[in-house]
Amino acid sequence: MKMNRRGFLQRSGAAMAGSILPVSLVKLAFGQEQGGQDFTFAYISDSHIQQISGARFVRNWDQGLKRAVAEANLLEPAPDFVVFGGDLAQLGTKAELDHGAEMLSALRYPLYCVMGEHDYYLDLGEYWSELFGDHYYSFDHKGVHFVVLNSILTYDEWTYERWETPERRMLEMAGLDNPNGSPFMVGERQREWLRNDLANVPRSTPIVVLSHSPLQKIYKGWNFWTEDAEEVQAILAPFEKVTVLYGHVHQIQYNQIGSISFHSAMATAWPWPYPSTYAQSGAYVPVMTVPMNRADPFNERDATGWQFVDVHTGRVAVNYTLYDNKNRTVAFNAATGRPEDMEYQHPPRRIPPQAHY
Amino acid sequence: MRWMLLLVSLGAAWHAAAQPLGLPPVPIPEDNPITPAKVALGERLFNDVRFSSTGAVSCATCHAPATAFTDARQVSVGINGLTGTRNAPTVVNAAYNATQFWDGRSPSLEDQALHPIVNPVEMAMPSHDAVLEIIRADREYTRAFRNVFDVRPEQIRIEHVTKAIAAFERTQVAGDSPFDRWYFGGEDDAISDAAKRGFDVFLTDGRCVSCHTIEQDHALFTDHRFHNIGIGVNAMQDRIGELAKAFLVAKAQGIDVDAAVLSDPDTSHLGRFAVTGDLSEIGAFKTPTLRNVAVTAPYMHDGSLATLREVVEHYNNGGVIPADAPVNHYLSGGIRPLNLTEQQIDDLVTFMESLTSPQFAVPTTSGPVAALDRREEQ
Repeated sequence: MKMNRRGFLQRSGAAMAGSILPVSLVKLAFGQEQGGQDFTFAYISDSHIQQISGARFVRNWDQGLKRAVAEANLLEPAPDFVVFGGDLAQLGTKAELDHGAEMLSALRYPLYCVMGEHDYYLDLGEYWSELFGDHYYSFDHKGVHFVVLNSILTYDEWTYERWETPERRMLEMAGLDNPNGSPFMVGERQREWLRNDLANVPRSTPIVVLSHSPLQKIYKGWNFWTEDAEEVQAILAPFEKVTVLYGHVHQIQYNQIGSISFHSAMATAWPWPYPSTYAQSGAYVPVMTVPMNRADPFNERDATGWQFVDVHTGRVAVNYTLYDNKNRTVAFNAATGRPEDMEYQHPPRRIPPQAHY
Repeated sequence: MRWMLLLVSLGAAWHAAAQPLGLPPVPIPEDNPITPAKVALGERLFNDVRFSSTGAVSCATCHAPATAFTDARQVSVGINGLTGTRNAPTVVNAAYNATQFWDGRSPSLEDQALHPIVNPVEMAMPSHDAVLEIIRADREYTRAFRNVFDVRPEQIRIEHVTKAIAAFERTQVAGDSPFDRWYFGGEDDAISDAAKRGFDVFLTDGRCVSCHTIEQDHALFTDHRFHNIGIGVNAMQDRIGELAKAFLVAKAQGIDVDAAVLSDPDTSHLGRFAVTGDLSEIGAFKTPTLRNVAVTAPYMHDGSLATLREVVEHYNNGGVIPADAPVNHYLSGGIRPLNLTEQQIDDLVTFMESLTSPQFAVPTTSGPVAALDRREEQ
C-alpha cells in the first residue's frame, strides 16, 4: 500500500506522541483559547535515594532516578526546565542528598527543587538548602507565575521539642500510619509570604504552585494532607487559573477545587496504593477513575514513572511516562473546567479496577 | 520432517488431533485457514531463491531447517554477503508470537513475510510486483495458487504469497521436549536432577519465569513484551540522545524503518523505541521463546552472546558482562544482579538444554556446536 507523504507524516506524528512532537499534539488536542506563551517542563519526584553504608546505595532507587533523568534528557522539543518534586533522599543525610544531586546534575536543563519531608526532618533542610537554595520561593516564566512552597512543615512543638535526636525525628516523620507522626502544613509565616508574593500579581496571570504534599486533604494517616490547605487555597482562590503540582503520593491523582486544578506526580522509587478510605470531607475526594494495578514485585519500575508538563494558555497537561504500562495524560478540559484523564475519563474506555489477585 | 508431513496430512483438524505436549493450539487467523495444499505452496515459496535480487537467498537461507530454522550466525547474511544487524530468530513456534521481529514491528506472520523480500540487506527485491512476475511466469506456481486461492495468474497478489508462507510457518511448531514430558506429561525420569534443579532456579532465584512465562497446561516461555536487558545499548549510553533524536527526525521524514534498523547497528540497538517512539522503550527487545534454545545459538538480538552460559552470566551480573561494567540508564526494572552460584548457573543451563524438541535434538555430546558443524558440511 502506497501512502502519500502527508499521510505518512500525520501517521508517524500520531505514533510519536510522547517523544518528539508531543507538545504540539497535546496542545492541539485540548487548547481552545488564544494567547499566552506555551512551554514544557519536566517533573521528576520522590526518588528516595537511600544509603546502605559507605558508597553503597539502594540500587533500585538509584536506577529509578537515573532512568528518569536520562529519559527527560531525550525530550524533544527540550523542556524549559525541570522540577524535582521533593523526597530526593530517604533519611535526609548529606550522603543521600549528595548522591541524589550528583544524579540530577546529569540533567541538561535548569533545575528547580521542592522540599520533601525526607529531605527536611534530619537537619531541618539545612544541607538541602546548601545544595538547592531557598525552602520556598517564586519565579516568573513566560507569563506564568511559579510559586514553590515548603508544605511539609508541622507544629513547632513536634519539630523542636518532642524528639531527643534529629535521627529519631526523621524516622518518625518517614512512617505511614504512625501515631507519632504529625500533619504537614505550610504554616502562617509562609502563608504571609505567599500573600505578599501574590499581592502584585494580576488576577489573570496563571499561577503554578509546586509543593511536596497535596495542598488538599485526602488521607491524613499517610499525610496525603496539608493541615492548612483551606487557608492556602483561600489565598490562591482569587486567581483565575491556578494549578497545584505535588509529589509525595507516588500515584496519579487529580482534582479541581474552585479555580484550582490539582495534579500529582508519580515517584521514581516505588508506588503507593490508593488509600483505602477517603475520610474527612467528601468535597475533597479526588477524581480517580482507575485504581492502579498492583505493582509487579518482579519489575522494579512497575507503577513508577515521571512526567512532563505542557503549559498552554496557563493551564497544564501532565504527561505521565509509566514503565511497562500505557502512558497517560491528565489535561485541563476547558469545556468541563477541570483536569481529566484524556483517555480513561471516558466511561466506555474505562479500565475496570482490579478486583481480585 | 516426516512428523510434520504426517500432521499436515490430517488436514484442517491436524492441530486438534495432534497437539504437541507443552504447546497450546496454534492461533490461526480466520482469513487464512491452513490446508495441506497451502502449506505445500508456502514451503515452496519459503525455499525459493528467485525471490532475491541475486537469485541466491530464500527465507530458508536464514531460517534453515537443519539449524532449527535459524542460520546459526551472529547476524544474518543477505544478498552479496551483506550482513544485517540482528540474529535470525527461529521460525519454530513463531506461530505463537504476538508480534514478529525482535522489535515487534510486524503484527503477524503474514505481514512479517512482506519485509525481508524487499529489505536491501536481505533479499533486496526491487518490489513485491517483481516477486509476482516470477510467480505468474511459473506454471507450477500458477496452478498451485489457483488450487489454493482460486485466483487466475493476474489475480495473484502479494497477500496470497504471504498467506501461503504464513500457513507453512504455522506448521513449524515443536513441543514434546524432555521438559514437557516431565512437567506436563508426568514422566519423572524425562529430565535429569540437574535440569530439575535448574527449573527451580528458573522459577526462583533466576527470576527467569517473570518474562519467559509458563502456564498451567502449556509453556511458550515468552511474555510477548519488550525489555531493555542491557544488550547493545550498554555501549551506546553517551550517544543515545543524539541517536534517538536523529532517528525520530528521519522517521518523521519518511525513512523505511525496516531498512534502517537492519542496516545500521546503532539504529538497531534502539530496539522497540524505533517502532513506538516511546522514551521508556529505548533499547528494549521482545522476549524470545526458550524452546529449542540450546540449538539456536548464538543469542540475543545481535547474536552477541555465544553460549547459554554467557547468557546466564549476563543476567546474573544484572545486565552486563563483565560484572563491573556500567549498565545503561534505560535498563528494564526486572534486571538486577542475581548472585547465583556456579552450581545454579550450571543447572539453569542444563534446564534450558531440556527444552529441545526431539526433531531438533542433536547428539548430547556437543549440543549446538554439532548443529553448526552440520551446517558447514552442507
